[in-house]
Amino acid sequence: MGSRASTLLREEEIEEIKKETGFSHSQITRLYSRFTSLDKGENGTLSREDFQRIPELAINPLGDRIINAFFPEGEDQVNFRGFMRTLAHFRPIEDNEKNKNSSASEPLNSRTNKLLFAFRLYDLDRDDKISRDELLQVLRMMVGVNISDEQLGSIADRTIQEADTNGDNSISFNEFIKVPPVDGEQDY
Amino acid sequence: MELFFNPFDNLLCILLGISFTVWFTLLLVFIIVPAIFGVSFGIRRLYMKTLLKVFEWATLRIERGAKEKNHHLYKPYSNGKVYLDSAPEFEMSDIFYFARRGVESIMDDEVTKRFSAEELESWNLLTRSNYNFHYISLRLTVLWGLGLLIRYGFLLPLRVTLAFTGVGLLVFLTSVIGLLPNGRMKNFLSEKVHLMCYRICVRALTAIITYHDSENKPKNGGLCVANHTSPIDVIILASDGCYAMVGQIHGGLMGVIQKSMVKACPHIWFERSEVKDRHLVAKRLSDHVEDKSKLPILIFPEGTCINNTSVMMFKKGSFEIGATVYPVAIKYDPRFGDAFWNSSKFGMVNYLLRMMSSWAIVCSVWYLPPMSREEGEDAVQFANRVKAAIARQGGLVDLLWDGGLKRAKVKDTFKEEQQKLYSKMLHNQSLN
Repeated sequence: MGSRASTLLREEEIEEIKKETGFSHSQITRLYSRFTSLDKGENGTLSREDFQRIPELAINPLGDRIINAFFPEGEDQVNFRGFMRTLAHFRPIEDNEKNKNSSASEPLNSRTNKLLFAFRLYDLDRDDKISRDELLQVLRMMVGVNISDEQLGSIADRTIQEADTNGDNSISFNEFIKVPPVDGEQDY
Repeated sequence: MELFFNPFDNLLCILLGISFTVWFTLLLVFIIVPAIFGVSFGIRRLYMKTLLKVFEWATLRIERGAKEKNHHLYKPYSNGKVYLDSAPEFEMSDIFYFARRGVESIMDDEVTKRFSAEELESWNLLTRSNYNFHYISLRLTVLWGLGLLIRYGFLLPLRVTLAFTGVGLLVFLTSVIGLLPNGRMKNFLSEKVHLMCYRICVRALTAIITYHDSENKPKNGGLCVANHTSPIDVIILASDGCYAMVGQIHGGLMGVIQKSMVKACPHIWFERSEVKDRHLVAKRLSDHVEDKSKLPILIFPEGTCINNTSVMMFKKGSFEIGATVYPVAIKYDPRFGDAFWNSSKFGMVNYLLRMMSSWAIVCSVWYLPPMSREEGEDAVQFANRVKAAIARQGGLVDLLWDGGLKRAKVKDTFKEEQQKLYSKMLHNQSLN
């Protein structure tokens, strides 16, 4: 396991991933080690089953949605580059990055991109709007069977009412961003 | 032509004969005879101290080399987890919490890493544990090459010889003892023979074992419970005391050993079909335990090999039969050789070869004070109490996860629990 990890990832690839995602050299080799240990089929890509084998992820109510976020539209396998690109959203914003003017493109772990990731967890059909149904779906995943349909419906209605500013009964990305920040966001 | 080769051949034969005799005599004097009497010259401990010094030097070299190239070495166990309190009302940002927990578990989780070898913070000059240490100097490579030579050229043949001797003696002597009539003499001899052969096997692995608190050693009619890392656990425990083993009958060499062992003293071997029948298993165990003249039973309740960084869920079956439980904690020192048997990666023979070509197996065994099931405690709670004691003593992480997750999927009930917790939080506000 160990020797495979160090020989199959070339220096040029590591440099490219570093530029794209902002992870350090040792973080990348470390995550590559993790990638290969999850890749039970040993074919250089991860499938959804590979993710579901992680017990802590399998019991996470939003586990399936999170796994989905790794796979590009319509595909069943994710390679290491794709894996790193998704993980990059969760890299903490370092102090030396906070004041940088965006040069070419926005870094993957910018606040906007993090929020976009969360938005996409809700917005399953990718129409850039969170409808009442989509909100209900995510709520249902998080509470299981413990809350009745009616109560869940009223929670959803209240949430949309508070956030929806243009009256189309769904939440767009701009409306989503403007939701007042909670404690969680700063740590995220 | 023939005349020319003959004396040469003779000379070669004589030399080989002499060296073989010398080799075997040394072996006998320094290793086998002390094993028979249970004494030790202290050679193994000296070896261990020397190795430690070499490893320290090697680690310093690697860290220096890494600093020169400006790569920071990753320390696998530095966790920076942040916990979040959700507000009591539903907010759209509540998913951040689950999303972050989910991605954290993708990057590193508590369970799957228990089923593969532990990562070392420093390198112990074995290629197999080389994950992050690429930046090697010439001196280090030379040292590694020397180590390779010593391990495969000298230590491995030595250990294989000892292993064959130990196993052969075990099979032969226990069969001989089996011919004696049942009685005190037979038990006494069987004890001596078992101990002697296991001690030879211990030396065959160059196992350096430190036993703590031997006053708590398991007594007759009790149940000895330990955490499971590899099949070697059995050899380590059985070289310090006599136990009745429990297990499935195998074919081949294992089967031969098992059949001859049971001739000398009663072990509990099950046919493959009987293993599934939990009542049968429980009955046989309790019958054995009730007979106070029989040896304590040795059992590994995790049911599978874990990599010695944690203790996983104990199966409750052995805690239901009502015997006194003697917990034992076994902790291996991973710097000298990784004892964990990853059965999905290596077969038994491959595993034994790896064991015999490591530097040494260094471990500590703690005998914990006996425990019994208390009033109002059910088997599961009792099992968890014993597990916590073992984990605490051995410095291992106490996990509630089932070792069976190595091969099986996690049950849905756990996810439902998570959902229940979250709903409870919301319920308070949605009733307004």
